[in-house]
Amino acid sequence: MATRVSPAAHEELGLSPDDLVRMYRIMVTARLCDEAAFRLNRQGKAPFVIPVSGHEGCQVGTAWAFRAGQDIWLPYYRDLAVVLVAGMTPYEVFLGIFAKADDPCSGGRQMPAHWGSRRLGIITGSSPIATQVPHAAGIAYAARYRREDAVVGCWFGDGATSEGDWHEGLNFAGIHRLPAVFICENNRYAISVPQSKQMAVEDVAVRAEGYGFPGVVVDGTDVLACYRAAREAVGRARAGEGPTLIECKTYRFHAHTSDDDDRTYRSREEVEEAKHRDPLLRFAAYLEEQGVLDGPGAERLRGEVRATVEEAIDRAWQAPDPDPATLGRHVFAEDDR
Amino acid sequence: MTEKNVVTAIRDTLLEEMRGDERIVVLGEDVGARGGVFRVTQGFLEEFGDRRVIDTPLAESGIVGVAIGMAMHGLLPVAEIQFADFIHPAFDQIVSEAARIRYRSNGDFGVPLVIRAPYGGGVHGALYHSQSIEAFYGHVPGLKVVAPATPADAAGLLRAAIRDPDPVLFLEHKKTYRLITGEVPDEPHQVPIGRADVKREGADLTVVAYGLMLHHCLEAAERLEREEGMSAEVVDVRTIAPLDRETILASVRKTGKAMVVYEDNRTYGAGAEIVATIAEEAMFDLDGPLVRVGGPDVPAMGFAAPLEHAFLPDPDRVYERMRELARF
Repeated sequence: MATRVSPAAHEELGLSPDDLVRMYRIMVTARLCDEAAFRLNRQGKAPFVIPVSGHEGCQVGTAWAFRAGQDIWLPYYRDLAVVLVAGMTPYEVFLGIFAKADDPCSGGRQMPAHWGSRRLGIITGSSPIATQVPHAAGIAYAARYRREDAVVGCWFGDGATSEGDWHEGLNFAGIHRLPAVFICENNRYAISVPQSKQMAVEDVAVRAEGYGFPGVVVDGTDVLACYRAAREAVGRARAGEGPTLIECKTYRFHAHTSDDDDRTYRSREEVEEAKHRDPLLRFAAYLEEQGVLDGPGAERLRGEVRATVEEAIDRAWQAPDPDPATLGRHVFAEDDR
Repeated sequence: MTEKNVVTAIRDTLLEEMRGDERIVVLGEDVGARGGVFRVTQGFLEEFGDRRVIDTPLAESGIVGVAIGMAMHGLLPVAEIQFADFIHPAFDQIVSEAARIRYRSNGDFGVPLVIRAPYGGGVHGALYHSQSIEAFYGHVPGLKVVAPATPADAAGLLRAAIRDPDPVLFLEHKKTYRLITGEVPDEPHQVPIGRADVKREGADLTVVAYGLMLHHCLEAAERLEREEGMSAEVVDVRTIAPLDRETILASVRKTGKAMVVYEDNRTYGAGAEIVATIAEEAMFDLDGPLVRVGGPDVPAMGFAAPLEHAFLPDPDRVYERMRELARF
């Protein structure tokens, strides 16, 4: 049995009301970017988008335990809210969605949501699943070798845990007790394949035992519980006590991507039922109950974020496209730069 | 200059580079206490400790994937794949990751990684200890593939590979390890990646090869001179990708005849690209047919000596084709 992480109040986690509002703002930003991206897709302005809705709680909660600018992030394609915590802006996100020359991840070369930014410590990712997991182990090895106190965060979905690279990366990290935290956003489906056909266990977290480090299960719709799990894991990693596997039980509200139709594999009832556990609603209720942010305050915040997102979209849409003459650049290092 | 065999040249170079740069680490199966199954890292564990000489789990994709992570975070990993035949589980990490990381990040990230892999036949290695894998990887932009044939080139190319900012697949022909000896400069020299080398000058035909086949070609060329009075120019490709087209084409334009010798399966092998390059660029300089000598299109050489010999081009077979073309 994997350990269950129980809920916690923000005070015992050392979070100030201001922290809570900042966390909530990023969750709202991710949600509104997501909604806008889908709208742009349906308008024909964004050829392909990857939704985050439903995952904001586990993403912001776990990412919040890392230090932006110092720790290393290896997100996967659904991790819009993780990269927002790491320091990426909505403008940069939409530069990627519109495949513009200044897209910080790839200059418009990769599909959207294939995050990367050396400046922010976000390691460039690809489409093959779980390839970033051994990278995370190697980076954690290098960070310790170089006597940095950086901790490496590596995010992935439930499907990723079936890949050989996932096993090989966690195994290496366990052997060397590396400063890494592995975070599974288990939304119960790898595109259409349900967890029951992906693995014979209820909890991904139990696999950690096979690598010699702790695995914990947390409610991925509870941002503070996720933060609690990650804070402890990051603390262990930084103290030299090795990796942790965190499994966040969550749900994705939309299809896998803008090209997927989830009606072919999930009932509408199931999806609607999951939306009752929307991490945003849950956190908003907590903020109101704690007197941190009341209804009108939350509405004001959403209005501000919406304006920021709309402004980002307009600006990104106007930004220049990549020049076809750059097609041959960066195959190898360019000495003259 | 010091006389060395290929494996000693590789070992000495790796040792010197590691002594000079703390960022270099080696990782792979049996590279530690055992010193590598071919003894390339013999004594390394004692000298550098287990932080820099890492015995990994038996997992090739993980070896390369972990090394990519190290390379993206300030280290210079030299990963060893015990036999090139076992590299295939790492294909995705090499092709989708290492080779594409610079391109996909628009130059933001680089992967200064060396993957060493002993390859090639003639050592009773049968199906899974004899393969040539260069064509799979030579096809991939963003990846450099080198295949030195001599101790000096092995040393110089390994040093260049370690200091290269991009991923290099460093192929070492197992049969040459202890068979081939030669002078190696004592000072730390580099052989530039992407540069072929004319190993023997000649006038009557050009023979292009690499690895073990280079030595077969040199032997056959001597015999051709001796017995037929005709001189073959032998070009050592040295780097499979990016290919040094200029050196090859210059030689072909001089001699007017060209043949390529490689031990990989003939079809879609590296020799096919070389022949295609000559056909595209030097067609009107040719006064004989383009000739490809390669391994047969069967899955592998066998363990039994007659099966192995039947697969591998040997100096006699190379000589026959050479003479035929020279006389054409």
